[in-house]
Amino acid sequence: MTQQQTAGPPSAGHADLAEEFLDRQTPLSRIRNILHRYPALSPAIVLLIAVVVFGLLNDRFLRVENLSLITQQVAMVGTLAIAQTLIILTAGIDLSVGAVMILSSMVIAQLAVSNGIPGPIALLAGLAVGLGSGALNGFLVTRFRLPPFIVTLGTLNIFIALTLLYSGGSTVRGSAMPDMLTWLGSTFPIGPVRISTGVVMMLLLYVAVAFILGKTAWGRHVYAVGDDKEAARLAGIPVNRVLMSVYLAAGAVLAIGAWIQIGRTNAASPNAGVDLNLDSITAVVIGGTSLFGGRGSIWGSLLGALIVGVFRNGLSLAGLDVLYQTLAVGILIIIAVSVDQWIRKVKS
Amino acid sequence: MTTTEFEAPRTETREPILKARNLVKTFGRVVGLDGVSLDLYPGEVLAVIGDNGAGKSTLIKCLTGAEVPDTGELFVSGQQVHFKRPQDARVHGIETVYQNLAVSPALDVASNLFLGREERLPGPLGSLFRILDTKGMRKKAKEELTRLGISTLQDVTVPVENLSGGQRQAVAVARAAAFGSKVVVLDEPTAALGVRESNQVLQLVRDLRDRGLPVILISHNMPHVFDVADRIHIQRLGKCAATITPQSHTMTDAVAIMTGAAKA
Repeated sequence: MTQQQTAGPPSAGHADLAEEFLDRQTPLSRIRNILHRYPALSPAIVLLIAVVVFGLLNDRFLRVENLSLITQQVAMVGTLAIAQTLIILTAGIDLSVGAVMILSSMVIAQLAVSNGIPGPIALLAGLAVGLGSGALNGFLVTRFRLPPFIVTLGTLNIFIALTLLYSGGSTVRGSAMPDMLTWLGSTFPIGPVRISTGVVMMLLLYVAVAFILGKTAWGRHVYAVGDDKEAARLAGIPVNRVLMSVYLAAGAVLAIGAWIQIGRTNAASPNAGVDLNLDSITAVVIGGTSLFGGRGSIWGSLLGALIVGVFRNGLSLAGLDVLYQTLAVGILIIIAVSVDQWIRKVKS
Repeated sequence: MTTTEFEAPRTETREPILKARNLVKTFGRVVGLDGVSLDLYPGEVLAVIGDNGAGKSTLIKCLTGAEVPDTGELFVSGQQVHFKRPQDARVHGIETVYQNLAVSPALDVASNLFLGREERLPGPLGSLFRILDTKGMRKKAKEELTRLGISTLQDVTVPVENLSGGQRQAVAVARAAAFGSKVVVLDEPTAALGVRESNQVLQLVRDLRDRGLPVILISHNMPHVFDVADRIHIQRLGKCAATITPQSHTMTDAVAIMTGAAKA
């Protein structure tokens, strides 16, 4: 905020002086204002520094194959982080994203392999599972007014149990599936680089969600609901409908995530990636989206997922034990949330 | 002291824009409104005052659709209406600035002015892809603020959380004024403001009235009420104790009626 905006007409005299006193700017507060206005900026800076540092530590790090590997490794977390961002923007949290994704992937794979249902219909069934799970979470949050943390803690266990009951605990291998289901695991060359279609799909999802959040009334309402629910309601926004649609949208994204997961691992396993739940929250938080809702950027979450991927990859190339990767991610989370708290103090 | 509702002679012949009859609202065993009637005429500022718990807020909520009265009738321009939610009142041209402002802190000024009724781009970009007309809304927001003479808000792209209390209030009032075609309701607009900012808001209220838009002003602040109001509706114990004018009564009289020390 510049002083021009706060200073009233010059005739106002002493009152102006008082306001200027309150709004006095220091270089630090100016930085804070900029970071506050562009929430994706801080993770972008962190990513840049991390890439440079790891590149200096090990010359293999910056090779194209390695960078391509990192993007493939973050495809899953990156996709789940889209769903997670939508929900965290409404001041919620979804502990069940990974479980929904696994359940959806099991349904897709089982229907196609055990029941011989064609690929496209199996994928639609997976989409229905994603939407249904989102509807259940959304219903419990909007109708019973339960905290999203509790709702999704419950549904996390429910979805895990359903997955194991449905699949009997067995993995479906990719070789048994129709090609369409494993298509997102394929790669295509651009020059010397092989690009994974799964990564492209994830990026397309980011573009689509970024567009919707930034350019449509719905996107603005998502921010408004997360920012101040009561204010949004009084401004005429149908808060419950917005919340419900957010959970449904998240479910749809998770179903596409299930498709990417099948391609990436070339299998559908009931035991895969339950830790993806927390990893997606990590990506969103490191990406600068506030857990208190209403502030953040979808691109930040992609950057957050990349930061985690870069740290894990870079540290392992530097020859450090995997435990140090976990340690580093833990420290990153604490720093990210502290920075967020500091940035939020910009509020007058 | 004799007080009647007929004291403002200019209101006798005109049809009220907003008319409430015998509104009753109970919350469990608590009676919030006990048969309250109210008339709002074109081009006037009607203040509603009362002690805590007198039913001011409940009355306003019933008039603006935030609460549904148990019984009683509501007329807008002579037509009976039933408000179930704030949007219903809005459709009938009644805009409200709530005490807690109902602005979204992280969104910018223009987004807040159009919150809940965003405008989309013309053509398929708007209808098919549902893209917002951000530029257009910013332009209109600026025009509206200029029209209202709100000079302190130069940049409509500033997030509201970066504004002072008075500026936030100005945003909320501007939103109501921009879209309120019949009535603007202000709930305690000066409660959280300093002297200079209060004066700005009161000036805004006068400007609205001068443009022909009637205003209902809820306030605790007697000097403010007596400064801008044409008529004053005094709530006491869920009922309308009296409707007075600043000319007919002094502030002391008003407080006496409000607290029950004097009969209206």
